[in-house]
Amino acid sequence: MSLRVGIDSVEVVSVRDALEAHGDRYLQRVYTPGERAACARDDGSQDPERLAARFAAKEACVKALHAGASGIPWTDYELHRAPGGQPELELHGGALTLARAAGVEDLAVSFTHEGGLATAVVVAQVKNPA
Amino acid sequence: MDDRIRQILAEHARLTLDAGALAPDDDLYQAGMTSHASVNVMLALEDAFDVEFPDAMLTRSVFESVSAISAALTELDATEAAA
Repeated sequence: MSLRVGIDSVEVVSVRDALEAHGDRYLQRVYTPGERAACARDDGSQDPERLAARFAAKEACVKALHAGASGIPWTDYELHRAPGGQPELELHGGALTLARAAGVEDLAVSFTHEGGLATAVVVAQVKNPA
Repeated sequence: MDDRIRQILAEHARLTLDAGALAPDDDLYQAGMTSHASVNVMLALEDAFDVEFPDAMLTRSVFESVSAISAALTELDATEAAA
């Protein structure tokens, strides 16, 4: 067994810019319906800080899976909360196929916000090739 | 096409240098473009050139330089939309 790690930081202002410039098209290209629901405020608008944390987790996962050259949509990486409240990454489609092919057996994710930045770390547990 | 790409980079890539001074093969990530900023760039390119980047083109290398973006747009048969 071996481990891979990925890390990414996202400026919240960059997410705010994307929401202003591209609105729903940005949201639909990058975030799953579940992520958009989790980032919705009471007034129905999207919270850029929560979106930034999710984008950072997606990119950290891309790095942990060495998937930067694979042409996988961002919605194939989904961050959600387990029943106990801890964040979890769920993979779909091309990301899931790539992870299985690479021998990834488990993923762990953690993220934080500070000073206008959202940062996430992803650790992948990988089965060593026979 | 390259001038319009540089204009979009100036508006959306959050570079640490003047986008107008970029050489065609300068690495945009080294020039300060983050992965999230590259999403903003991609969406702005789609608006400006009336294209949609398919999943297979959502790779780091497609957005790594002015010349790489220009090649991708050419592959997508991009036509520059009216400003």
